Amino acid sequence: MAIPIKDIKLPEDSPKELLLDKHVEFIKRYGKSDDDYEFGMSDYLRMSGMYWGLTALELVDKLHILPENDVIDFIKRCQDPETGGISACIDHDPHLLYTLSAVQILCMYDRLDAVDASAVVNYVTSLQLPDGSFTGDKWGEVDTRFSFCAVATLALLNRLDAIDVEKAVSFVESCKNFDEGFGSRPFSESHAGMVYCCLGFLSITGRLDIVDRDTLAWWLCERQLPSGGLNGRPEKLPDVCYSWWVLSSLTMLGRLHWISAPALKRFILACQDVETGGFSDRPGDVADPYHTVFGFAALSLLGFDSIKPVNPTFCMPQHVIDKLKIKHQLL
Amino acid sequence: MGDSSSDDENAWVFYKDRPEWKDVDPVPQDDGNADIAAIRYTAKFKDVYDYFRAVLTKQEKSERALQLTKDAAELNPANYTVWQFRRDILKALNKDLYEELEYSQHIIDEHPKNYQVWHHRRVLVEWLKDASKELHLTELILNDDAKNYHAWQHRQWAIKTFNLFENELAYVDQLIQDDIRNNSAWNQRYFVINNTSGFTCEVLKSEIKYTLEKIKIAKENESAWNYLRGLLLHDKEGLSKNETVTNYCEELYSSGNRSPFLLAFLVDMCDEQVSQGGGDMRYTLERAEELCNSLANQYDKIRTKYWQYMAEKIKNKAEGKSEPSPPSDDS
Repeated sequence: MAIPIKDIKLPEDSPKELLLDKHVEFIKRYGKSDDDYEFGMSDYLRMSGMYWGLTALELVDKLHILPENDVIDFIKRCQDPETGGISACIDHDPHLLYTLSAVQILCMYDRLDAVDASAVVNYVTSLQLPDGSFTGDKWGEVDTRFSFCAVATLALLNRLDAIDVEKAVSFVESCKNFDEGFGSRPFSESHAGMVYCCLGFLSITGRLDIVDRDTLAWWLCERQLPSGGLNGRPEKLPDVCYSWWVLSSLTMLGRLHWISAPALKRFILACQDVETGGFSDRPGDVADPYHTVFGFAALSLLGFDSIKPVNPTFCMPQHVIDKLKIKHQLL
Repeated sequence: MGDSSSDDENAWVFYKDRPEWKDVDPVPQDDGNADIAAIRYTAKFKDVYDYFRAVLTKQEKSERALQLTKDAAELNPANYTVWQFRRDILKALNKDLYEELEYSQHIIDEHPKNYQVWHHRRVLVEWLKDASKELHLTELILNDDAKNYHAWQHRQWAIKTFNLFENELAYVDQLIQDDIRNNSAWNQRYFVINNTSGFTCEVLKSEIKYTLEKIKIAKENESAWNYLRGLLLHDKEGLSKNETVTNYCEELYSSGNRSPFLLAFLVDMCDEQVSQGGGDMRYTLERAEELCNSLANQYDKIRTKYWQYMAEKIKNKAEGKSEPSPPSDDS
């Protein structure tokens, strides 16, 4: 009668210790081998690729191994003089996703002076629609991810006042579902990635009061499967990136302790690639910087000593948020 | 030109070797000096994009440029600038948009989880003001992956914008019959009812009946239990006073079923009655404690901390105290 739960089994020989040095090498080397043709980063998301790699390095105190000035110079050249937005790559079109990634990197280096910050603010403001939602670029896809990107960017620049926060909140609230989770738009299925974006948004705007804390936290801890890993929706496979989206959400709600930390640790560690370094979505898959930073960040929330504390709202090192005195709400 | 986008590498002629492109100077990508998340380009990729940048810079809206955007999009369908420029050309050349609609179906079929291809489709449908093919397209995609988030988003958008609700509930029912645990389908059910009849008394009654029948088939189905909770949000009496539901749950419990979702539901019924008082003698603090204990120690051990919290929370309510504080981190 029992239908098997959709899950994986951790291989017996999966790694059980954190392979820190290998991961640092992995990030440093990423994109430089011919093998990366197939799996490597694409130019259209390079700015986010940099944010993932650099954040991972800073979380283990290795940011200095890469030349700061080259990164700053690259970001400068990605700012669009016309709109103020920042693109994934030089001469590409600006987008909110890469604007946030760039601002996050600049905060880590404490180099916000490198771009025209007020132009960035104008860009973000220009993307808000009358219903309070945000599009990702001037061509207009609406998504709660962009609501998060907008307020996170503005909060890091200390300019949350530049948009209509109240309307932005009502749009996000309209994406709340009957199971207390959030989707990308009104009535879209609840999805742990969108829950993170919406809670992050509410954390920044100080409006976590609009969620039913315990019901949502229960939905989030229902994401944990017998393998210890977390999925993003019911009946989906576990994936390291959801370790971050779910765990950071639970942390914002002050309910991190509701999941089984030892089981999740085992799952995340099993997703390390012992040969190349780096983390993959599930044991045995190809590692990439995206899953590597979220693996680190999740382990940080679980209290790994060798990884610096991470801020659950911004997915940035906590000391950066402290230094810049970025206000946000945690329950 | 006909087979210029062929996958057969042998048949591929580089743009730089094509006589009809001799008048164009390719524009190479400027990657800056930043030594992180480097990008490796294949010779073909570089060639196509060097020429794409050239026509983009010149804003050349021609047949050959249109063909070039096809090659560029197929090499990297996530490049939103390529799609935007393609649309600019389609407009400028007054192309048959139905032909483009067909092409977009082909590319969505190849890249069903790509944001940009779905966005392209949506813009075309908006231009044509014709969504007659959207239900069929999304059904094709959902046949392969019934939880594809992009397909569901597109489908909801088309249904809502063009009022295509008529047969949707039958489609949802079919999907639920195919896979009773398809959370996307349950979510769609809520979307349809909420936007058509609404949750009137009669609808609520028949939906509860429908859901309980499905739970009977698979009792550990998170989606159906969540949907049941969602339905009862529309019951003015709350979660714990609908006789059909309480009788069903009690019968199930008496029959020896210990699905964590059933027990969780009973816990919430106790929670409601303890805090609101009155009503049903079956839903007491003692019962809540007993259920939480068995969940924590036997039926849902991975979420022990949550069930301990719930037991304490309900106890505090009964004693008129505020909610419990989180335990010290001893995980």
